[in-house]
Amino acid sequence: MKILVCISHVPDTTSKINFVNNDSEFDTNGVQFVINPNDEFGLTRAVWFQEQQGATVTVVNVGGPDTEPTLRKALAIGANEAIRVNAAPTDGFYVATQLAEVIKNGQYDLIICGKESLDYNGGMVPGMVASLLDYNFVNACIDVKIDGTAATAVREIDGGKETISAYLPLVIGGQKGLVEEKDLRIPNMRGIMTARTKTLTVLEPTDAKINTKAVKFEKPAPRSAVKLVSADNLDELINLLHNEAKVI
Amino acid sequence: MSLLIYAESNPDSTTGGKFKKVAFELASYAKKVAESLGTTVTAVTINAVDVSELSNYGVDKVLKITNDKLATFNAKAYSDAIKQAAQKENAKVIVLSSTTDSIYLAPLLAIGLEAGYTSNVVGLPLSTSPFQVKRNAFSNKAFNITEISTDLKILGLAKNSYGLVETSSNLTTEDFSPTLNEADFAVKVEKVEKVSGKVTIADAEVVVSGGRGLKGPENWSLIEELATVLGAATACSKPVSDLGWRPHSEHVGQTGKPVATNLYIAVGISGAIQHIAGINSSKVKVVINSDPEAPFFKVADYGVVGDAFDIVPKLTQKLKEFKAQNS
Repeated sequence: MKILVCISHVPDTTSKINFVNNDSEFDTNGVQFVINPNDEFGLTRAVWFQEQQGATVTVVNVGGPDTEPTLRKALAIGANEAIRVNAAPTDGFYVATQLAEVIKNGQYDLIICGKESLDYNGGMVPGMVASLLDYNFVNACIDVKIDGTAATAVREIDGGKETISAYLPLVIGGQKGLVEEKDLRIPNMRGIMTARTKTLTVLEPTDAKINTKAVKFEKPAPRSAVKLVSADNLDELINLLHNEAKVI
Repeated sequence: MSLLIYAESNPDSTTGGKFKKVAFELASYAKKVAESLGTTVTAVTINAVDVSELSNYGVDKVLKITNDKLATFNAKAYSDAIKQAAQKENAKVIVLSSTTDSIYLAPLLAIGLEAGYTSNVVGLPLSTSPFQVKRNAFSNKAFNITEISTDLKILGLAKNSYGLVETSSNLTTEDFSPTLNEADFAVKVEKVEKVSGKVTIADAEVVVSGGRGLKGPENWSLIEELATVLGAATACSKPVSDLGWRPHSEHVGQTGKPVATNLYIAVGISGAIQHIAGINSSKVKVVINSDPEAPFFKVADYGVVGDAFDIVPKLTQKLKEFKAQNS
């Protein structure tokens, strides 16, 4: 089975978020970049398929040369090879179009994406990839099992879950649950050494439209300070929640 | 040329195809956008029973789909049905909510209609020519202003970002039968498992959340009793979920469920950045923590410093009395 894991290169969750160039760009100064958390669960799950079912795992990212360390980290975690599509990930549709081209050329059976990246929070790439290729798609995927060409996936829904069956090729929008946090693979010494010898191919992008554009960024308005209420005066808290905030 | 919305209803037979509250928020939002574009609002519904309530929120027309094959949600089939509704109406702007099902089908609809799509939209368009909207980004730590340049546009309205606005309208209802084929149903739901009776985090107006400060799962009755008085959903921080004190489905935060409720009460949660990012869209945040230096107090609206084991039972009791007096 050929698995493609699509990863985003995103600022670490503790990064300070600032903008430059008249608030038109994210300030990358001093920011650590990592594999998007939702993608990490999928990457470990792919490595499990590799170990348990002999699958091959390719990781792909759409980005500039600055994303290569993130791809190398994915190789160190256990992916067999990496692809970087040399283009800025300008919008979800553009990224999905690039990924669809890679998938068409590579004939992958299972495509694992994170359901949402934590920088743009678009949540649209996995669905668009599936739709462009007319592949089956399961979003908010918290489990997937493959038996030949048949897949069983579990989708998280409000207050529960759905068990879904579909044939490969399948695209999933993954999240925590594909593996547990404690089972996430981290690069070990051997992984890091072998990552250096694994192939990282750079492809030029295919022609694609850009449908949306982030023209400007804004930081939220500064908050007013917390109103502290004494533990002896909980009536006041109820009063504030009822009369001031009007939430009870 | 109308503006189209997908007004979601609950599919199970017990609630009889009633609209979700988000459907009315969506209608309220769409009405304002339609007015600025000089057009009307059409809602497409799937297996809703009584659609008349949409006329309280300015909807002018309903394309009512009734189809047994759509009894269970199916992203491809639903997006195909909505696509055909959009084409019938020659809709240029389509607005969806951010429920689990709507965000699942939205990208499929975008490709099907060759429409530009932007999600997590937090307000009315800043301009319509060029078409620009403000949306959440960087996990609720910032906003971006996004321009959609395609002829057809799809907006995903962020949860709890636009309140209900009542506008009376004359509603015409038309039965609509989209053409669906085998291929639309290639992905099959085999089983649905739901915890019944409890309000879900996604639907709750109030969420009561507990962290490591509660010291162990045996103390969770504190959280549950407070939640019961408030009709709230219960939630927990990531460490609590990782420790197995509470089910994973209760984990809220950046890698857990997002929370965009009206009132979020955090008990014994220090306020890690990832937790705050995940709940930041909640309107009012109350923090109860014994540590006055807990980072969560910096983003809270109201706070109580002290021992949760003392404060929460007292608060629960006082809220019971308050609710009794005010009902």
